[in-house]
Amino acid sequence: MSDDRGVWAYAITADAGDQDVSWLTGVADATVRTAPAAGLTVLVSDVDLNEFGEAALRRNLEDLDWLEGVARAHHEVIAVGSKLFPLLPTRLATVYSSDASMAAVLGGRRDELLAALERVGGRVEWGVKAYAVPDSEQPEAMRHEPASAEGGAPAGAGGRGAGLSYLKRRKAQLSAQAESQRSAAAGAHAVHGHLCRRAADARLHPPQSPQLSGDKRPMMLNAAYLVDAGDGTGFASEVAAAADAHPELDLNLTGPWPPYSFAGDEGQSPARRDSG
Amino acid sequence: MTLSRELVPADVPSQRIALVDLLDRVLSGGVVITGEITLSMADVDLVTISLRALLASVSALAEEST
Repeated sequence: MSDDRGVWAYAITADAGDQDVSWLTGVADATVRTAPAAGLTVLVSDVDLNEFGEAALRRNLEDLDWLEGVARAHHEVIAVGSKLFPLLPTRLATVYSSDASMAAVLGGRRDELLAALERVGGRVEWGVKAYAVPDSEQPEAMRHEPASAEGGAPAGAGGRGAGLSYLKRRKAQLSAQAESQRSAAAGAHAVHGHLCRRAADARLHPPQSPQLSGDKRPMMLNAAYLVDAGDGTGFASEVAAAADAHPELDLNLTGPWPPYSFAGDEGQSPARRDSG
Repeated sequence: MTLSRELVPADVPSQRIALVDLLDRVLSGGVVITGEITLSMADVDLVTISLRALLASVSALAEEST
């Protein structure tokens, strides 16, 4: 391999790797192949280090179009690969200088990787996001109405009376907003706890930035759940039931994903412990 | 009904997956296997870099549209 070629890793599997994957296209339209490494098999493709070397990556990752193309190509290989055999996705932008150097790095972590493969084998990831529903969009009975008993200063009282009345209304409005946020947070906590009990494992991602998601409502939950591959329908019905039980939340289900959020070596997730 | 299900990543062309959901996973998920001979990104915070790129491009779009 010449000096400006590197190896981009997509996923690791314990599969023998004797399947033909050359019909798969990876990042930069490169052909995907399997590479043996320390008794494991890695889905890889050869990349040009002028584009995928460290300095180039630092630059390119700040280019949204480049990042999107690479992220989607990386995902496509992992998504298709996960239909062929259980696999551990590798973090985006894992690049080695050669198959041999990759095998050397993986060799030191073989037992840990096999254990992780065991954990995610036969399972998929489902994503659940929860947004706080603005009070005004909730069914009327569920709204947190500002207390009206003292808010009824007669209209047209003028001057000081009108000002006071405005302040009172505003204060009640703000406290209703705060109450609605509290209720959404409590709801999200309950939904997460419920779904954790239904899942083999769970991870919490940070809430997405409204600028990126395009949704201005506060995101109260951005979670991933590891679920048996055959239990997708059951899990989706749990989420649907939770959505019905929590009008203060708008739940959004994505998946099934390859087990991205569970491929790491963090062991039992804090999310799981939190849920009690 | 307040449940929306917009994606089936493993079953539909990846173009339909929301980029922000995908980046949650490919940038902060996945197993990290690096060593001295890994060429790239061993010590780089991918999320920070790409978030900066995303926010920059979002605000550029916003400026264009005004």
